[in-house]
Amino acid sequence: MISAERIPNNVGLSSDKRLLRALEHWQPAYLDWWREMGPPGFQDSHQVYLRTAVSVDAAGWAHFDYVKLPEYRWGIFLAEPTHDRRIGFGDFKGQPVWQEVPGEFRNQLRRLIVIQGDTEPASVEQQRSLGAHCPSLYDLRNLFQVNVEEGRHLWAMVYMLHSYFGRDGREEAEALLERRSGNDDTPRMLEAFNEPIDTWLDFFAFTMFTDRDGKSQLLSLSESSLDPLARTTRFMLTEEAHHMFVGESGMGRIMERTCQLLKQSGYSGDVRKAGGIDLPLIQKFVNFWFSQSLDLHGSEVSSNAASYFSNGLKGRAEEDKFDDDHVLAANMYMLDMIDDSGRIIRQEVPMRNALNEVLRDWYVGDCQAGVDRWNKRILEAAGMSDRIALPSRKFNRKVGVYAGRHFDPFGNQLAPEEWERKKYEWLPSPEDKKYLHSIQVTPVYKPGQFANYIAAPQRGINRQPIDFEYVRTEA
Amino acid sequence: MEQTVAPSVSFEVDRSQYKHWKLSIDGHIATIAMDVREDAGLRPQAYKLKLNSYDLGVDIELADVLQRLRFEHPEVHAVVLTSLKPRIFCAGANIFMLGSSSHGFKVNFCKFTNETRLGMEDMSATSGIKFLAAVNGICAGGGYELALACDEILLVDDGSASVGLPETPLLGVLPGTGGLTRVVDKRKVRRDLADDFSTLTEGVRGKRAVDGRFVDAVYPTSKFQEAVAKHAQALAAKSDRPASGPGITLGPLSPSIDGDTIHYKYVKGTIDRARRTCDLTISAPDSPQPQSGDDYLKAGDSSWALRAFREFDDLLLRLRLNEPEIGTVIVRATGDADAVVAVDQVLHDHASHWAVREIIGLIRRTLKRMDLTSRSFFALIEPGNAFAGTLFELALAADRAYMIDHPDEDNTIRLSVMNGGAYPMSNGLSRLQVRFLGEPESVDEALAHDGPFDAQEALDAGLVFSAPDDIDWDDEVRMAIEARAAFSPDALTGMEANLRFAGPETMETKIFGRLTAWQNWIFQRPNAVGEKGALMTYGREGRPQFDFKRT
Repeated sequence: MISAERIPNNVGLSSDKRLLRALEHWQPAYLDWWREMGPPGFQDSHQVYLRTAVSVDAAGWAHFDYVKLPEYRWGIFLAEPTHDRRIGFGDFKGQPVWQEVPGEFRNQLRRLIVIQGDTEPASVEQQRSLGAHCPSLYDLRNLFQVNVEEGRHLWAMVYMLHSYFGRDGREEAEALLERRSGNDDTPRMLEAFNEPIDTWLDFFAFTMFTDRDGKSQLLSLSESSLDPLARTTRFMLTEEAHHMFVGESGMGRIMERTCQLLKQSGYSGDVRKAGGIDLPLIQKFVNFWFSQSLDLHGSEVSSNAASYFSNGLKGRAEEDKFDDDHVLAANMYMLDMIDDSGRIIRQEVPMRNALNEVLRDWYVGDCQAGVDRWNKRILEAAGMSDRIALPSRKFNRKVGVYAGRHFDPFGNQLAPEEWERKKYEWLPSPEDKKYLHSIQVTPVYKPGQFANYIAAPQRGINRQPIDFEYVRTEA
Repeated sequence: MEQTVAPSVSFEVDRSQYKHWKLSIDGHIATIAMDVREDAGLRPQAYKLKLNSYDLGVDIELADVLQRLRFEHPEVHAVVLTSLKPRIFCAGANIFMLGSSSHGFKVNFCKFTNETRLGMEDMSATSGIKFLAAVNGICAGGGYELALACDEILLVDDGSASVGLPETPLLGVLPGTGGLTRVVDKRKVRRDLADDFSTLTEGVRGKRAVDGRFVDAVYPTSKFQEAVAKHAQALAAKSDRPASGPGITLGPLSPSIDGDTIHYKYVKGTIDRARRTCDLTISAPDSPQPQSGDDYLKAGDSSWALRAFREFDDLLLRLRLNEPEIGTVIVRATGDADAVVAVDQVLHDHASHWAVREIIGLIRRTLKRMDLTSRSFFALIEPGNAFAGTLFELALAADRAYMIDHPDEDNTIRLSVMNGGAYPMSNGLSRLQVRFLGEPESVDEALAHDGPFDAQEALDAGLVFSAPDDIDWDDEVRMAIEARAAFSPDALTGMEANLRFAGPETMETKIFGRLTAWQNWIFQRPNAVGEKGALMTYGREGRPQFDFKRT
């Protein structure tokens, strides 16, 4: 039997027969999945200092304690309802939001939820090897925090599937546990989630850039006319913020350490000789993960995006902040397109079809703010003239109008041969990856110690000291 | 949205220049892999062929590949149809192409794609070439219909690959290439399961697809290629085609086009724009023809039977697509009728030879194409005509045949053994059987008739509509053609289609009948193509607005 007490929730689980019945099958399968695909070697003999959400109020959403990973209390939470909430955009703007799924949009909504849901366990699978190579207990704990919360986000999406989509929803929920990142037979749905994340620089860049795509998507879903979906995703956003903190601060601490190593060498030496990660290599990871995450926003011109918006399923990020009618029936958007001869041309497209690009605008702005902070607080503060920069949106794209053509990070078009010749100036090369593997061979499991390539954080988790034992072996 | 007229379409393809398909042959198995070039549609400015979606140009290439497999590769005993695009098999006909095409173009596009798919089933039934759909990704709408035309469907089980017919829920139209009919008629899916299936945007995958009989089997990615190879070998083992070549290479037809006249070796078409007619003449063999199956192989693509009907087929297609206003086709056959009857005898005697079988098949499909062409056909039988045997099928396929009853000049028609069922219509009956549905004995009487029929005999036997004498002829024929040209073209299309296919229903007649009746009606309705119709709003301006009144 499912114990509603073991599953923190504010959805009335103990009296929800439908949900209880669904979870009876799903929860054991989830735990099996977690044991099989979660962090290996850290399942039963370690206690991790983790944040658990036990309710949605200010006191309850960040409850800290030691917990064994499989005993983490994954819960189901909706953000507090908004009184008399109205649909904020699209063809139904102004009508009351939906508490049930309209039959007409069942398929589209299910698809949106399944795609979002599929990324959550995928990232846990992608990151599973990192624990054996961690730069500190502090970082190891952050990795696990991210992992368990991705697991909870899976629960959040499964809650939607179980509660609103009947038999199909239950089947989809099971399939979410059957697909496996990188598996040829049962791959995850989006290509970016099938590549292993096996260096810590990848992990930080992933949480900085790809989890931020998650934030874009959650923001747009939190506008949804389907109120339970909007409330679920709104609560997920509070957790997602921590993931981006892990990414931004992780990369920042690597840069900080790089600056220290450069300074020690009198700005003359090769940082790699000192065991650090040189800034050009960091820039390559920015280039790679930023461009990959741009792809996740979908094609610049998209009929699906138009349909999701029109039907009120998915709004723009922070819809309130747009100073327009939120219907966008006649609005246009200027976009760089490519004509038949391969030239870039400015072209007007209907705004509704350009909404992936509009969301990408928000995303690029949010990334740029993070990059600016690195430049100002770390590089400038260390007296460096080097700066990190986001590459052009056209760079290294596999999806959308620029896919199939080659651009340098400044947006200049290149011939295929030139791209082949130069791509490792801008993207991590096999040698780069080899180097990163070499410096993370030995994990750092001693409290307060940090790998040579990364600086200590400013402060610990939940006001604990930096040398706190964030992950401890159970006696 | 603006509805554009298609540019003039050619149906001849240079096989070295397939843009959208990769053909590879390994032993007895041919693999036709779909790899549609997004930017290479017939109207690249108007739409991009994303996700292996297709337009007429893609389908013309497919038809060409199939034709070449039939004739050029006797060693091919089974065909695997698959995709080279990762995780996408085929997304069906391109929606933006449909949305921006005229009604007439859509109808003819659907007709041609249906003929190509039925051609695959025809290969399976008569050519000894079975088809296996190796569905290695998402397979929707026309993509699934392509798979349905195969003998077996294997689906990869990767958690995302699915088969589906999302036309109703997504586009407010119907699957245009027989999908609904084949689901219940060919795969015999239970109607309630089919009803559910036909309303799912995302289709079904995995076990559910197998349980409902929507596919034959599913395999995980790692075992898929092996399973495909095994199933393909098993299908190939059923074939009676030769183990190896040579085949018959199909060279270009290279007609010469001079203004409104198109001239092939044996076929000539001349358009009269003022009368809205096309004078179509097919001529009988004028040189010695092959006497055996091996002779036919040696003759390659130059034998009359093959050449003349390839030309006739090409002309029909050009008329359909490029000349929508030419409503009446006046068919004449000229030359040596005895030569046609002689060819018929060789075809009949050597029908078990694979190459002869293919030539008969090509004639059969071409005649069906004529039956299904929504133009009025009048056959004019005048002195010097060659309406005999196979060529008399053109008169039988016509809506009316007029034959001069000439007092001074010899004017006769002849039947041959090939009129006795070598070229069944899509309802499975010969044209003579359909003609004499109410008097079946007339079929045998006509076939038993010794020698030629003169005009009066032909009229008495019911083989021609009218036999005016030489004095009345010109006026009779002129008035008939002028009267025809004045009628509503829509009414004529519907009337002819109703009258041509008397007799039983087959899956083929159901497909075309329902395409004509339902799909073409839906394609015209505001709920599909009105300003807020589903087809027009798809992917553009939000939700369709329906007039919810049922008819």
